[in-house]
Amino acid sequence: MGLRTPLSRVRGLGSAKQGTHHWILQRATAIALVPLTLFFLATMVSMAGMPYETARAFMSQPLITFCFALLIVAGLWHAKIGLGEVVADYIQTEGARVFLLLLINFLAFGLAAASLLAVLRLYVTG
Amino acid sequence: MTTSKRAAGRPLSPHLGIWRWSATMASSILHRFTGVGNAIGTGLLTWWLISLASGPEAYAQFSGFVSSMLGQLILFGFTLSLSYHLFNGIRHLFWDAGKNYDVHGSVVWSWFNVLGAIILTIGVWVLGYAMMGAA
Repeated sequence: MGLRTPLSRVRGLGSAKQGTHHWILQRATAIALVPLTLFFLATMVSMAGMPYETARAFMSQPLITFCFALLIVAGLWHAKIGLGEVVADYIQTEGARVFLLLLINFLAFGLAAASLLAVLRLYVTG
Repeated sequence: MTTSKRAAGRPLSPHLGIWRWSATMASSILHRFTGVGNAIGTGLLTWWLISLASGPEAYAQFSGFVSSMLGQLILFGFTLSLSYHLFNGIRHLFWDAGKNYDVHGSVVWSWFNVLGAIILTIGVWVLGYAMMGAA
């Protein structure tokens, strides 16, 4: 509403200066996650029942750790945007919304850092 | 800009309380629901990676949990959630490209994605248990 023209609104030149960044990132990570999810499911199937030493050796292969690193980054980035969207849609109290958005961001970065360190350790120590 | 929403004929957000359930509405809600589920499941992935990197004791702790009744149930739910979000996510990418907006096709795709997710999940679990038997 207001006095702004539709063109001005779709250009995303409001106070935020951008409007399509999250939208594009959500699609870009989604495209990456299609093969990565299939890779993840295939890995889980082939690792089912593996004893510890075998599992560890399997998970230290360069290509496997590389794909897991990609899966972690793309997956948690996708989750961060998606959960943020859910909170923005349903949580109307500003304090609760800010709190939940902070929590989502901290958790996403925290889980990503922890997972990447684990993958790095598997790769380096074999 | 005075045209009402009804006259414009555009679909509105599903209001759970007042509208009859439809396949398209259910598939849309399921997409969000499984998205949140996948985010929670990612915590399990992190735990698995950390336990594997930490050592045999930590890994045994993780294995103990996922092979328990509750753990298997959560893992199965995560597989189903991931599969559905994968199928319906591909459909979302088609939508973003401006395709697959017809009414009949949307209903068919909604059912196909649910069915596909169930088949993929069962396939993954059958193969997984076969691998465990072979190991």
